[in-house]
Amino acid sequence: MWDYTDKVKDHFLNPRNVGEIDSPSGIGEVGSLACGDALTLTFKLGDDGKIVDAKFKTFGCASAIASSSALTEMVKGLTLDEAEKLTNEDIAKYLGGLPKEKMHCSVMGREALEAAIANYRGVPIPMALGELVCECFGVTDLEIKRAIQESNLRTVEEVTNFTKAGGGCGKCEDKIEELLREVRKEAKEEIAIEEQPKRLTNIQKIKMIEEVLDREIRPALKKDGGDIELIDVDGDFVIVSLRGACVSCAKSQTTLKEYVEKKLREQVLDTLIVEEGKV
Amino acid sequence: MSLGEDRQVIYMDNNATTKVAPEVLEVMLPYFSEQYGNPSSMHSFGGSVGKMVVGAREKVSSLIGAQPDELVFTSCGTESDSTAILSAIQSFSDKRHIVTTRVEHPAVKNLCEQLDTLTGHKHKITSLPVESDGTIDLNRFEESLTDDTAIVSIMWANNETGVIFPIEEMVEITKNRGILFHTDAVQAVGKIPIDLNKVPIDFLSISGHKLHAPKGVGVLYVRKGTPFVPFMTGGHQEHGRRGGTENVTSIIGLGKACELAATKMNDENTRVKALRDKLEEGLLSNIPSSILNGHKTLRLPNTSNISFEYVEGESILLHLDRYNICASSGSACTSGSLEPSHVLRAMGVPFTAAHGSIRFSLSVYNTEEEVDFIIDKLPPIIANLREMSPFWKGSHPGQVGGANCKCSC
Ligand SMILES: Cc1ncc(COP(=O)(O)O)c(C=O)c1O
Repeated sequence: MWDYTDKVKDHFLNPRNVGEIDSPSGIGEVGSLACGDALTLTFKLGDDGKIVDAKFKTFGCASAIASSSALTEMVKGLTLDEAEKLTNEDIAKYLGGLPKEKMHCSVMGREALEAAIANYRGVPIPMALGELVCECFGVTDLEIKRAIQESNLRTVEEVTNFTKAGGGCGKCEDKIEELLREVRKEAKEEIAIEEQPKRLTNIQKIKMIEEVLDREIRPALKKDGGDIELIDVDGDFVIVSLRGACVSCAKSQTTLKEYVEKKLREQVLDTLIVEEGKV
Repeated sequence: MSLGEDRQVIYMDNNATTKVAPEVLEVMLPYFSEQYGNPSSMHSFGGSVGKMVVGAREKVSSLIGAQPDELVFTSCGTESDSTAILSAIQSFSDKRHIVTTRVEHPAVKNLCEQLDTLTGHKHKITSLPVESDGTIDLNRFEESLTDDTAIVSIMWANNETGVIFPIEEMVEITKNRGILFHTDAVQAVGKIPIDLNKVPIDFLSISGHKLHAPKGVGVLYVRKGTPFVPFMTGGHQEHGRRGGTENVTSIIGLGKACELAATKMNDENTRVKALRDKLEEGLLSNIPSSILNGHKTLRLPNTSNISFEYVEGESILLHLDRYNICASSGSACTSGSLEPSHVLRAMGVPFTAAHGSIRFSLSVYNTEEEVDFIIDKLPPIIANLREMSPFWKGSHPGQVGGANCKCSC
């Protein structure tokens, strides 16, 4: 059960300005059915250059509906230049806050507003001009960078909470990490980034494992008339096959874990797991 | 009493958890206070508690056609599932293949997915797909078994849709092949008859809080002769198969709950089933573009999972909550979690419908008045939310599914 504020509940149960304006000045459509939420925002501009009416249609959870309803209330009476300055944080604040997992609902509101203003002005949606980072939810680097800056985000998880980016297949998490580093550096918050233990590629791993096998392990096994062959490396799993005298040796499992695995962990990567491959 | 205004709870979420039956609570109470002895003690004060545990064991075993000493009391359904699967792969350490399905509860699904990191050994997991009505293809099941298969773990009935798998047939296919068979029967026990005298299953999991016993007690049935490696090692409790002083009160409660379930089985499969059918038909016929998820007849008598197209589950639930109606949804609208429900996705339910699924799960405590109340209240809620949905175009005659809904995910 989500801990929604009374204001969220009120805007969800009694949404304001539901519908679509006939011949609107601008229309913005964001989200999709597949992604679980979507919002269509329409507004009408008065002769004085201020928004006289705004309506929404939303498919989504309670906070998506409440954010949309709040947005339409907030923009009425604003000029487009003023409306443009509204952020998702403003929407969330208006509602007395949103659970962090639901912040993307307020971001969706703001993006619909931007899309509607761009539609009125006949220009492309600014955020759509960026480079696509999250293919699942169609989120660009510009959107991610802005969310990091404005909401002072620190982790990939937070970026996902706010923009949905990374919440699908997860393929773009490295890219989000990069953007986080980039923006936070620009923000002159250069807290010395900790030197991460180097990540080895599979090829590097295989090379290093072969080296250790050649240099130390094979010679030792050969002394007892045995041998070892590398069959595959799959993530942390190192699949090997024991040969010669090792095949019939009762202690072969011990050799594998206590000797081969230990050596490889010491000299290559301490998370490796050595297994005997089945032929 | 009129419903709604007076905030009386209408509880139709019994697959999530159930109310402790008053009869169950009554037999438990003395064992919290006066009769607090340890069943393992030598004195008769503890010994009398031990006798109650023995009695409970008999009651549970008679509900499922087992021998009392084939039961191991655990802390929950999840522990029972973990114990069975981990035991099997330790007993057959040279075998590395597991057969399961794509619609298992996370207690089995996530365990299987994390088995490699958990054990430090590589395993091959076959997760069998299901048909669009949630049923399983027995031929495909048979083809999935290999000489390397250590254990089959397939649920008896699905918690989200109520669809029942043909466990008896699967056990028959698996028999005499040196493969252990585990079934997560957490949703089935107490709702449909199960007789282990007739079905040679190796492991079967039960959870107390799904059949009107308290939360935090479960059972793992282990067939006599089936190799077993304990999950928790300690004292000699449960014949050394599960260390730790017994959760006496809950075990006594579970015994009573099983006894009650046997007497109410008929009611569950007639009156409760009729209530479920009335609710289901009432909603499907009063709400356009609504679809039943799961096979119509091969199903638990208490469960109904319906999708309302073009609306989102959480918002439906919150509207129901205003009337104090408790149900659940397969939709998970958290930060961009696409997965509406792994069960519905495995069944190929289109996105238009998967996000708007609601599960009603009844119990013997539900009444016809409650069913009528929901049939009255839900249609306007759906109409109201659709009014708000950018995808709802007045009506979608005969159109089910989102063929033109593009998404790269
Ligand atoms: C099919 C199934 N298996 C296992 C469990 C887990 O049971 P417990 O909550 O007792 O761990 C549940 C309960 O949600 C279930 O429905």
